[in-house]
Amino acid sequence: MIFKRSSAGGGLLALLLASAPVAAPPVSADDGGPAEPPKVELVLDVSGSMRARDIDGRSRMAVAQQSFGAVVDALPAETQLGIRVLGARYRFPGSSKAVGCTDTQQLSPVGPVNKAQAKAAIATLRPTGWTPIGLALRAATKDLGAGETTRRIILITDGEDTCSPPDPCEVARRLASQGTHLVVDTLGLTLNDKVRRQLTCIADATGGTYTAVQHQEELTGRLNQLVQRAGATYRRTPEKVAGTAGCADAPTLAPGVYTDRERFSEHRWYRVSVAPGQELRASVSVALDRTLNPDHGVLLRAVSAAGQELVRGTDAGSGRTDVQSTGLRWSDQRTGADASASPSPDGGSGGTPVCLVVSNSFSAPAAVRTAPGMPLELTVDLVPSSDAPGEPDLGRGWLLLVVLAGTGLVAGLVTGWLARWRVAVWKEN
Amino acid sequence: MRASLLLASAAASAVLAATAVPAAADGSPSPQPTIGTAGTSFLTATTVRPGQPVSVSASTGDYLYWSFATAAGQTGRIAVTVALPPAASRHGAATYTIDVFDGLRRRQACTAGPQNATAAAGTARVRLHCSLRQVRAWAEPWSDDPLPGTYYLRLTASGLPEQDLGLPIRADVRISAKDGDARPAGAKLKAPLSPAVAPGTTLAPGASPSGSASPVSSAPKPAERVKGWFSWPSSRWWWTIGGGVLAAVMAVAGYSLTRHPRRWFSALR
Repeated sequence: MIFKRSSAGGGLLALLLASAPVAAPPVSADDGGPAEPPKVELVLDVSGSMRARDIDGRSRMAVAQQSFGAVVDALPAETQLGIRVLGARYRFPGSSKAVGCTDTQQLSPVGPVNKAQAKAAIATLRPTGWTPIGLALRAATKDLGAGETTRRIILITDGEDTCSPPDPCEVARRLASQGTHLVVDTLGLTLNDKVRRQLTCIADATGGTYTAVQHQEELTGRLNQLVQRAGATYRRTPEKVAGTAGCADAPTLAPGVYTDRERFSEHRWYRVSVAPGQELRASVSVALDRTLNPDHGVLLRAVSAAGQELVRGTDAGSGRTDVQSTGLRWSDQRTGADASASPSPDGGSGGTPVCLVVSNSFSAPAAVRTAPGMPLELTVDLVPSSDAPGEPDLGRGWLLLVVLAGTGLVAGLVTGWLARWRVAVWKEN
Repeated sequence: MRASLLLASAAASAVLAATAVPAAADGSPSPQPTIGTAGTSFLTATTVRPGQPVSVSASTGDYLYWSFATAAGQTGRIAVTVALPPAASRHGAATYTIDVFDGLRRRQACTAGPQNATAAAGTARVRLHCSLRQVRAWAEPWSDDPLPGTYYLRLTASGLPEQDLGLPIRADVRISAKDGDARPAGAKLKAPLSPAVAPGTTLAPGASPSGSASPVSSAPKPAERVKGWFSWPSSRWWWTIGGGVLAAVMAVAGYSLTRHPRRWFSALR
């Protein structure tokens, strides 16, 4: 029995060991690898409305506290978690708006988590005050700091912002457009229409998600999923680049991923130096981070330094989507004599300069702001170009067999006739 | 004892189910662990190996991304089942769409669908399918033909009442690949269509980049298909050799027909 037990334990251990390398995130194999741990900040609304008892018969606050405890317990070791609350100090209604709308405080800084402390700090919170979401988002972004990996904010709230202006959605879009790569995932503890619109707007503006929570286990599951996602998908974020309005002064790009912002009907130019024997591969995604008219498209063109279009990629769509993307391949297919005959315009550095132009056909209702521009993600890669394959050396198919058999038969017959004729001639002589 | 064993195995399977990354290739036909995550953009797409089951809980309105690698000659097939939120909490019909993109984020056509379907307010699930075109071994840079490399799958709620956003859904995805002869025969793309995922650097004007991105910093690449040396590049070898033998036999037959016709025709009589 004991023997059996130990063998079962061994089997389990082996299983766990076997799954251990599997559990490692794929990005850990990256060259150099991101030195930074994944960073997440939880922003919890402690406003007065959290007293409402409408989730499984318990108050929203109690549900949030219990889920939070479960998430802290299951937190991956390397994830750094910060906690910020809003509306915890000044009563709503009762205190003045001027005071209540500055009410956000950091419970624990972004860093390795002391699980007992964090849970105790959350457990003592009582629903109190105003809902300054925009302010809390700004402060949370500051807490997370600058760096080369994605910053994630998980916003849990049950009420619309009682302190706008500033509109929290505009704040989120501003924050996402400057500095580090920011994603805000939102969780609404109510099915209120205004709250949902506000939270989906914040989520769309930053490429995050929105979840409406109606049950305790939904909140716990979703929070865990978001924290795990932060651990599994963090990697070095794209390099920021600023495209220009023309080819001549466009920034020269090496292979890699870049981000930029593009307004409606704007053209953004970039340059890539393509050496002989290389193939240029580029793709672009323009994110729809605000309310737009339903039909839209994106166009990526490769243009030579002389202004001649080389190749284009285009895609258009209609309806609800997150990004509109397209891509292109191009390699110099001119023959050697042809290529050497035309002088290299950039002083013989070995590469043909190729300009990439990104343009879009997005439009928005009049009320929607056009600045900052929409997020644009550009991927550039240079790989060895592949020559066109020659004709195959071998054949296949029934026609081939008929032709070969027929040729063989004719050859045999002719040889046979020749042999007969020669024998006859030889006999005569 | 039995209970503890059951618990242990349950815990082990839970650990396996929670792992988000394909198991290391060991060639064994053991069932692959279920993937429980999805990315939210091209760069964060969860890598799936063909045949690996995916089951993800998400919110209505999420954009879910997965990536998989396909080799030349393969034909990809995708089946997605979306379990919708309870009918009582929904406000109208919802349309779900799967979009497939190649490594350069170019939209790929589905040869058989439906790649989008509308669920009436009362239905419990939506089933979507997409059969891709057969992946070619080589194509001109200007063409849109499917090439070996990374493919991205995106599941979108492309149309739904605004009130239904954020409700819980579950998506089950099955990606499979059927092998076939790569065309054009004997052609090869030197670098699969797997984009770089590492951040780039801006260069001084006129400078040319030193080397391309290292292979580890790119999206999933297809494994080279393992083949016997004689079957490569194709079955053309067998046809041509067979044709040669047939031609030789016919030549001997023709020769003997002219030299010794009586042998042939006396046998007929």
